[in-house]
Amino acid sequence: MAQTFKFELVSPERILFSGDAISVIVPSVEGEMTILAGHAPLVATLKAGIVFVQTTDNNGKEFFVNGGLAEVNASTTTILAEQGRFIEDVNASVLEQEIVTAETRLAATQDEAEKKRLHDVLVQLREFKHVFEQRRAA
Amino acid sequence: MPSLKDLRNRIASVKATQKITKAMQMVAAAKLRRAQAAAEAARPYAERMETVLANLGAGVSGSSAPRLIAGTGQDKVHLLVVCTAERGLCGAFNSSIARLARDKALALKAEGKTVKIICVGKKGYDLLRRQFEKDIIELIDLRGFKQVGYVNAEAIAQNILAGFANGEFDVATLFFSKFKSVIAQIPTAQRIIPAEIPATTAASTQAVYDYEPDEGEILETLLPRNLTVQVLRAILENAASEQGARMSAMDSATRNAGEMIKKQTQLYNRSRQAMITKELIEIISGAEAL
Repeated sequence: MAQTFKFELVSPERILFSGDAISVIVPSVEGEMTILAGHAPLVATLKAGIVFVQTTDNNGKEFFVNGGLAEVNASTTTILAEQGRFIEDVNASVLEQEIVTAETRLAATQDEAEKKRLHDVLVQLREFKHVFEQRRAA
Repeated sequence: MPSLKDLRNRIASVKATQKITKAMQMVAAAKLRRAQAAAEAARPYAERMETVLANLGAGVSGSSAPRLIAGTGQDKVHLLVVCTAERGLCGAFNSSIARLARDKALALKAEGKTVKIICVGKKGYDLLRRQFEKDIIELIDLRGFKQVGYVNAEAIAQNILAGFANGEFDVATLFFSKFKSVIAQIPTAQRIIPAEIPATTAASTQAVYDYEPDEGEILETLLPRNLTVQVLRAILENAASEQGARMSAMDSATRNAGEMIKKQTQLYNRSRQAMITKELIEIISGAEAL
C-alpha cells in the first residue's frame, strides 16, 4: 500500500472530496502535475481541467474544476475550486454554458486586466472542451 | 361593552391571523433547513481560503503588498455594504443589522469622514433611507433570484472592486448577521478592504512555499476571489439567519394569538352567560308581577 495524504477538494458551495489519497493530478496553469505524499509545500493556480484523485491502488475519482487554487503543505493538500463538479455531471452542454458565460462577461467588462484574465479563461475552457470531446470519442 | 357578534368576529379574525403565522413559521422552518445547509457547506471554503491567505499574507509586507491588503493609505471615505433581507416579518433581524450600520455610519460621520452605503436587500434600504438618503449609492436587489449563489456574490464583489479601483472609497465594511442558532443571530461588521489577514496560528505552519506562477500573481487573483467568498458567506449566513429569525418571530406570534383567542373566548362565554341570566331574571320578575 502506497503512502497516503489528506486531500480536500472544496468549491464555494460544498466539499466535493475529503479523505485520503495516494496521488492527485491537478491541472496547474503551467501544466499538469501529480502530487504525492511528502510533496514540497506549494501554492499553484489552476486552469479548467480534470482533477484526478487516486484513492486506493486501483481506484480513483475524477472531478472537473474551472479554475481555482491548490495548496500543498506538509500535512494536507487542499484545492479551492472556483467551480467544481463530479465528472459524471459534466457534459458538452455544461461546458458550452461555461464558455457562453465567459464570453458574455468578456464582452461586458471594461477593465483591461479583467479582460485579459477572462480571455485566458476562455482559451482554457475551449482547450478543455476539445480534450473532453476527444476523450468522449475514445 | 362589545356585543356578542363583535366578540365572535374578533375571535374569528385572530384565528385567521394565527393560521397565517403558523403557516409562515412552518415555511420558514423548511427554508431554514435548506439555508442552514447551504451556509454550512460554504464555510469550509471560506475557512480554507483564510488559511491560505494567512500563509500567503505573512510573506508579503510593507509597500510591496497589493492594495487590497495594504489599503490606499488613507482613511477618508468608508463604504458600508449592508446586507439585509428582502422581506420583513422576521423579528428584529433587519433592524438589528441596520442599527449596527447606522451606529457605525454616525460614528464615522462624527469623525468627519465620508460615508457611502451599498444596500444589498430592500429592507435595509428602507430602514436607512430616511437618515442616509444622500449616502446610499446603490441598492442591490436579490428578490428575483430563487437560490442566491456564487454568481450573485461575484457580481456584488465585482461592483465593490470596481469602485475600489476607481478610488471611490478607502475602506469597505460588510454588515450581515451571523447565524449562530435558530434563536441567536449576531449582527456582525467585517472589514473586507483592506483585507483582514488573520494571524497565523503557529509558527510551525510557516513552511516555505513554492509558488506557481509567482507569489504576487497568486495574491492578485486570490484577493478578489476572497472578497467574493466573503460576500457569498455573508449572503448565505444572512439567508439562514433571516429564516431563523422569522421562525422564532412567527412562533411567538402564533403563541400570542393563541393566548388572545383564549382570553376573548372566555370574555365571550361570560357575556353570553350574563345575557342569559339577565333574560331569565326579566322573565321571572315579569311572571311574578302578574
